[in-house]
Amino acid sequence: MSAPLVAVFQRDIALAFRRRAELLQPLIFFVLVITLFPLGVGPGPEMLQKIGPGVIWVAAILSSLLGMERLFRDDFLDGSLEQLMLADVPMYLVALVKVGVHWLTSIVPLVLLSPLLALFLNLTVDMYWALLLTLVLGTPLLSLVGAVAVGLTVGLPKSGVLLALLLLPVFVPLLIFATAAVEAASFQQPYSAHLGFIGAMLLLSLALAPAAIAYALRVSQS
Amino acid sequence: MWKWLHPYAKTEATYQLCCRLYPWFMISGCATLLVGSIWGLMYAPADYQQGDSFRIIYIHVPSAILSMSTYAAMAVAAFIGLVWQIRTAYMAMVAIAPVGAVMTFIALFTGAAWGKPMWGTWWVWDARLTSELVLLFLYLGVISLYKAFDDKLQAGKAAGVMALIGVINLPIIHYSVEWWNTLHQGATISKFARPKIANEMLWPLLINLLGLALFIGAMCIKRLQNEVLRRELHRPWVVQLLTKEQENNNAL
Repeated sequence: MSAPLVAVFQRDIALAFRRRAELLQPLIFFVLVITLFPLGVGPGPEMLQKIGPGVIWVAAILSSLLGMERLFRDDFLDGSLEQLMLADVPMYLVALVKVGVHWLTSIVPLVLLSPLLALFLNLTVDMYWALLLTLVLGTPLLSLVGAVAVGLTVGLPKSGVLLALLLLPVFVPLLIFATAAVEAASFQQPYSAHLGFIGAMLLLSLALAPAAIAYALRVSQS
Repeated sequence: MWKWLHPYAKTEATYQLCCRLYPWFMISGCATLLVGSIWGLMYAPADYQQGDSFRIIYIHVPSAILSMSTYAAMAVAAFIGLVWQIRTAYMAMVAIAPVGAVMTFIALFTGAAWGKPMWGTWWVWDARLTSELVLLFLYLGVISLYKAFDDKLQAGKAAGVMALIGVINLPIIHYSVEWWNTLHQGATISKFARPKIANEMLWPLLINLLGLALFIGAMCIKRLQNEVLRRELHRPWVVQLLTKEQENNNAL
C-alpha cells in the first residue's frame, strides 16, 4: 500500500474518532428502531423470533443510510476531495480506502451490537450465527454501493431523502438473501447457498463500485 | 455503424431525424394497437377458466414486457452517453425514463385489476409483482436524481450511472424475488418453448405487443424532440424554427 493511501486511511480514522457523537447517533437509532418493533407488534417471543432477522436487517440498512453522507460530504465541502483527485494516486483506490474506513467506523459497530439485538428479538443460537455471517458479508455491500450514490449526490444541497430513494431499491436482493439465510438457519437447514449469493454480490460490487465511485465524484466535482 | 451514428451527436440532426421518424412510429403504432385491441377485446375467444376477464392480458402483458425493455433502452442510452460522451444520448435517456415509468405503472395497475377477480386480492407479494414495483422505484430514482441537478449535463451523467446500476441489479432483483416467493402464473409467451396459449388468443397479443412498442417509440421520439428544443433554446437554429412556427400561427 502506498504512502498516500495510508495517509488517507489514518486521516479518515482520526476524523471519525474526533466526532464520536456522529458515530454513535446511527447506532442509537439502530437500537431504537429495533426496540420499537416489540412495542408495535407485541412482545410474543415466537412472533419476535419470526420477524427478528428482517427487522434487524431493515434497521441496519436504514441506520447505515443515516451516516452515509459523512463518506464524502465534509471532504467535498472543504475542498480536500478536490485535492485528493489532483493527487498522484488513482481515485478508485482512494475511494476504496474511504469506503473501508466508513465500514470500519460506522458499520462494524452495528455488527458488534448484534448479539444484544438477537437477545432482544429472541433469536436462537443457530439463527444468531447465520445473522452474524450475513451481516459480516453483506454490510460491506451497503458501504460500497452506498458510496456510489453518495458520490453522485454529494454536490446537491439536500440529498438525504434522495439518497434513500436511490439506494433502498438496490438493496432489495441483499435483504432477501440475508433474511432467507437466517430463516433457513431457524429450521436447521443449510444456508451456504444464500451466503454464496451475498458473497457473489459483494465481489461484483467490489469489482465495479470503486470505478463508479471515482466517476461519480468526478461528475460531482465538475 | 459509427459513421452513420456520428452526425446525431449534433442536436439539430437528431431533431430532424425525430421529425422524420415520429409520424411513422405514431401512425403505425396507433393502427396496430387499434387492430390488436379490437381483435383481442372483441373477437378473440373467451378463456375457458377465466371467462372474459382474461382479456386484460392484451394490455397487461405488453406493458409489463415493454416496461423492462424500455429500461434496457434507457440503460443503453446512458451507456452510450457515458462511454462516448454524446450529449444527445443523455437527452434520449431522460426522454425515455418517464415513458418507461408510466408503462411500469400501467402493468402494475392492470395486474392489480386482474388479480382482484382471479386471486381475490388486489395485491400479493409475489415475485413478479414485487420486481415490477422495484422497477418502478428504480425509474423514479433515475428521474428524481436527474431533476435534482441544475446543470443538466451533470444531471445526465449522474442519472446515467444510476440507470446502469439499476440494469446490473435488475436480474439480481428478479431472481432473488423469484426464489423468495412465487404465486404468479408462469410466463405465457416465451421465446424458447411453444407458447401455452391458443393461436387465436396469441395473435392479438403479439400485435398489441408490437403496437405498444411502436407507440412507446413515438412517445420517446416526441419527448426527445421537446428535450432538444428545451435544452437548445438559444441556438440559432431553434430560434429560427420557433420564429417560423410563430409566423405560421400568425398567418393562420
